[in-house]
Amino acid sequence: MTLGELRPGEKAKVVSIGTTGAMRQRILDMGVTPNVEVQLIKIAPLGDPVEITVRGYQLSLRKSEAALIQVRK
Amino acid sequence: MSYTIALAGNPNSGKTTVFNTLTGSRQHVGNWPGVTVDKKEGVYRKNKDMKILDLPGTYSLSPYSAEEVIARDFIVNESPDCVIDILDGTSLERNLYLALQIMETGIPTVLGINMMDEVALRKDVIDFKRLEAEFGVAVVPLEARTGKGIDVLMDAVSRTIEEKRVPKRLPVYELSKKVDEDTLADKRYSFITEIVEASVRREIKDGEQKQSRTDTIDKVLTHKIWALPAFALIMYLMFAATFSENFLFIPGLPSPGIALATLVENLWALFTEVISSALLSAGAATWAYSLVIFGIMEGLGAVLGFLPLILVLYILMSFLEDSGYMARVAFVMDRLFRKFGLSGRSFIPLLMGFGCSVPAIMATRTLDSEKDRKITTLLCGFMPCGAKLPIFIMFVSTFFSDGNKTLVLFFTYMLSLVVSIVVSLIINRVAYKGETSNFLMELPQYRLPTLTSVGIHGYEKVKGFIQKAGTIILAATILIWTLSNFNIASFNGQNQQEYGTPLAPIESSFLASTGKVIAPIFKPAGFGEWRPTVGVATGWIAKEMVVVTLAQLYADDISDEYLTGYFADATEDELSELGFEEGLYDSEAARDIYTDEVLMTGSDAKALPTLKDDIKTKQAALAYMAFNLLCMPCFAAVGAMKRELKTWRVTLGQVGIQMLTAYIVAVFINVVGNLLF
Repeated sequence: MTLGELRPGEKAKVVSIGTTGAMRQRILDMGVTPNVEVQLIKIAPLGDPVEITVRGYQLSLRKSEAALIQVRK
Repeated sequence: MSYTIALAGNPNSGKTTVFNTLTGSRQHVGNWPGVTVDKKEGVYRKNKDMKILDLPGTYSLSPYSAEEVIARDFIVNESPDCVIDILDGTSLERNLYLALQIMETGIPTVLGINMMDEVALRKDVIDFKRLEAEFGVAVVPLEARTGKGIDVLMDAVSRTIEEKRVPKRLPVYELSKKVDEDTLADKRYSFITEIVEASVRREIKDGEQKQSRTDTIDKVLTHKIWALPAFALIMYLMFAATFSENFLFIPGLPSPGIALATLVENLWALFTEVISSALLSAGAATWAYSLVIFGIMEGLGAVLGFLPLILVLYILMSFLEDSGYMARVAFVMDRLFRKFGLSGRSFIPLLMGFGCSVPAIMATRTLDSEKDRKITTLLCGFMPCGAKLPIFIMFVSTFFSDGNKTLVLFFTYMLSLVVSIVVSLIINRVAYKGETSNFLMELPQYRLPTLTSVGIHGYEKVKGFIQKAGTIILAATILIWTLSNFNIASFNGQNQQEYGTPLAPIESSFLASTGKVIAPIFKPAGFGEWRPTVGVATGWIAKEMVVVTLAQLYADDISDEYLTGYFADATEDELSELGFEEGLYDSEAARDIYTDEVLMTGSDAKALPTLKDDIKTKQAALAYMAFNLLCMPCFAAVGAMKRELKTWRVTLGQVGIQMLTAYIVAVFINVVGNLLF
């Protein structure tokens, strides 16, 4: 499943990151790397973007980006 | 011997606070070559031999964004004597990622672990000795907000430089050339996780912590239902504090912004009067008097008048920015704004544009993508700022007195939004080929900003505005003054003979003759006469000048007879309310009062009858309003644009787009309006 499919409160482990180029590097630099545990905190009031906790801090990303990150519960 | 010390760190790590504490007021804001990123330099307060350079806040040194390239190039190419890396102690893992990349360069490094007060609140215990041993650099606990630990940090820096202490070579550094970037990021983070696990003792595990302050605040501020009302309330308060004349709904109570602006205006008026009487008693020539009073003093006054608004709005803005709220606004609004090809962050500048475009344009600095910055700056000029309101009100009351005035005014505001959306979509399609900006953004912990940092921010903005925009505004104002006061006859002595001064009346000035040449262009928009055209041009000094100029150009409409008749029915109280001394009608003062109080507020539905000879229809009147709404903003705003966009090429390009848009929309309104009605 993907990070975008998690429901608020659910935790999962990152399996792989499907984005490319600068976007991929940025996601990795922000600490979203394979095997890291992430938790989906909430979805923005208008339905996008989402907020996750990773490595002890809060990060927001768009659903289009979250949909490319494979996770395992 | 002087030393260069670079200050690095993640955004929101408290790096700016450390920089301000280290340098105090001894700082200089410049520009990195070729990019719109501020370059801040200063000297250490306690040792003038230490030059401190504030690198842009970044999460890594990967060469992808302008900020990262600058930070990387500076550390690698300029090899500073020491790099201070400020880390947020509450999210050490992510912060150590940048630290690891800095230490890998082999430049002497000192790590300052900030936010120790919050670390203590979480009951985390950091083993500094262990971190020092692992990385082979000095690691110092900091509480930048209170200044605790700053001296220890700088002692460590001095020692590091003296001992030429370089970071320990770690096996993980050897990987950079050997593996691909995925594995590298993964390996770096795994290495960091190991170190953090060994050197940070967490009394309370992740997920078992009781709700933090940030979670509690976010329950409301990013709540499904309450987020938008809470946001509206906060924005309303920010606006009210800057622009409101009835602050907090208390009639007659000016907001801090208005109170300051009034004070500045009054002081300036007083000063102008002093200069004026000095000039008169010195027997200055009429043209010199006019140049100083109506050219220079008015130009400077225009610059000064904006300062209180910028100051107040900026102090409030940086309060919201530093507290962490702006990131939430972007989070909440992103979806809506992405539809228009922008990101959530563009919302704040555009909203501020409803008050004044100058601080709005300056606020685009907080946007992280160049594309968003450029488009938002352009759109700020389309916003119906406070100074455009008198134009709308005068035209609505003069031309639409028999119709629904509120509806017409509402239409004008909606027009600015619709045009902004359409222009943004077109530019996205044409210039950026639909490229979407990323939205990977940290949602930092809510923190109460310090007064000093907020104050320094406001002060810097005001200073920057005076330096960069001041000269442009002054020069442009003097240019318009010259054009509206001189003609050929000024130079061959004819005016001197006829009027006793080289100055020409505005209706035969260079401005008028230029207006006559240009006016036919506006025929399709319905206002192709020279007087409305000249009105548009003087509106660039300040938009409300359109009303003043039209009053001047249609002076026959404001004859003494007309004014006596207009004010005849007013009671003594009403007259004194309008500004007549002791409530007595005074034909000398009547014209100014009529222009400033009656025309600006649209109280006279029969105003300027000959204006209706030039602008004959409601459609044309609406087109004229739209043109003034959308065309080049005032010179102060153009100055701010130049400051943010850096080059004249881009600035003038944007002004060109604004003029073209204004023209197309005005013609469209007139032509389609005539077909429909």
